[in-house]
Amino acid sequence: MKYLDEFREKGLARPLVAELKRSVTRPLRVMEICGSHTMAIFRNGLRSILPEGFTLISGPGCPVCVTSASHMDAFISMAERPKVRVAIFGDLFRVPGSNGSLANASSRGAKVDIVYSPMDALELAVRNPEDLVVFLGVGFETTTPGIAATILAAKNRNIKNFTVFSTQKVMPPPLIALLGDPELKIDGLLCPGHVSSIIGAGAYQPLADTYHLACVVAGFETTDLLNGLILLARQVGQGVAKVENTYQRVVNWEGNLRAARMVDEIFEPTDMEWRGLGTIPGSGLAIRPKYADFDAQARLDIVLPHTTEAKGCRCGEILKGKSIPTQCPLFNTRCTPQNPIGPCMVSSEGTCAAYYKYGID
Amino acid sequence: MCLAIPMRVTKIEGNPDDFSSSQIATVDADGIGREIRLDVVDRWPELGDYVIVHAGFAIHTLEAVEAEANIRLLRELAAGMPEELL
Repeated sequence: MKYLDEFREKGLARPLVAELKRSVTRPLRVMEICGSHTMAIFRNGLRSILPEGFTLISGPGCPVCVTSASHMDAFISMAERPKVRVAIFGDLFRVPGSNGSLANASSRGAKVDIVYSPMDALELAVRNPEDLVVFLGVGFETTTPGIAATILAAKNRNIKNFTVFSTQKVMPPPLIALLGDPELKIDGLLCPGHVSSIIGAGAYQPLADTYHLACVVAGFETTDLLNGLILLARQVGQGVAKVENTYQRVVNWEGNLRAARMVDEIFEPTDMEWRGLGTIPGSGLAIRPKYADFDAQARLDIVLPHTTEAKGCRCGEILKGKSIPTQCPLFNTRCTPQNPIGPCMVSSEGTCAAYYKYGID
Repeated sequence: MCLAIPMRVTKIEGNPDDFSSSQIATVDADGIGREIRLDVVDRWPELGDYVIVHAGFAIHTLEAVEAEANIRLLRELAAGMPEELL
């Protein structure tokens, strides 16, 4: 397919790997923030070719993984209410709460539909006028504009039984929270591709300036990733910290202004709880009071329960880059993709699922 | 979750400035026609453009010039790599 195949060109991989090796002139630690990057790096076998001295750690960029246990419990108990129909992206279906998952609730009779797009959830509302459809907003900047557009479409079409439970999150605040931790010594960030398409590469400039971090935005194909790693190694080797963008075909400096306007019309910043990271000020998006008719939390009077995370599960530490999955006593013993205990094992983008699937020791 | 893939636009409906109009494109995804939304795309596409699609919404119209410049640079870098380092 155009714009994919050329960035997978086999003949380029070897020379780029050689260039990467040549670019690492001092040890460096880089965090790849985005869960789709985590998976792409594993899938392309890039972990096994990393030159000595190049440490790559996974960050908090898997939306299902960072969804708090309290939110999971709220989702599940809401799904069990009569006349509520919950619409989700498939990744969320098997994430355990403190008493089973949405999959378990569904087998007990709760109405849970897996959708591809928030617009599909709106059509579900049209087809099921007796139910209140709740789309569970679990995602980052890439997903938010589509949800905002769907709420606006519901308003324009006067559809009154469609709502969203927003746990939408924004990226820079958790990174700032992580960078404040003296234990996490990182030299650079491999910045997400599609989140950056919305917020723009310029969003990382404060991180480069304040924390002296090398920041490189990259795409998801083999050559995109290698190029990103090369630029990070070069910056660190030269002792510079700037924002570079290797994904110009999809990302520009200022971001997607049409999407930003749409998001700002519907959502406002709020404090948000993250698994492993706690509550981070301004890291989430709530539906503005003007659109309260489409806000499931307002319509259903939802109070978040105080749930503690599963005992022994180290998802929280893994999301902060402080542990790797194989250091968790549950990994590949009690916790597997078939019987997951923590969300990092459930999501197709979770770090534990990646380690399990690709057999990294 | 933030996966998004490029698809070629074959049909466009709606008005870019009127959000109450149905802003829809048909895209070709591996030979299969599919409808996607254009409500939040950064630049209104033209027929034949590629858009990056996430969860049923185009979020970006691909910049062909940038893609070509990017791949050209990578090829130059690869071509200039001394044989003994490979």
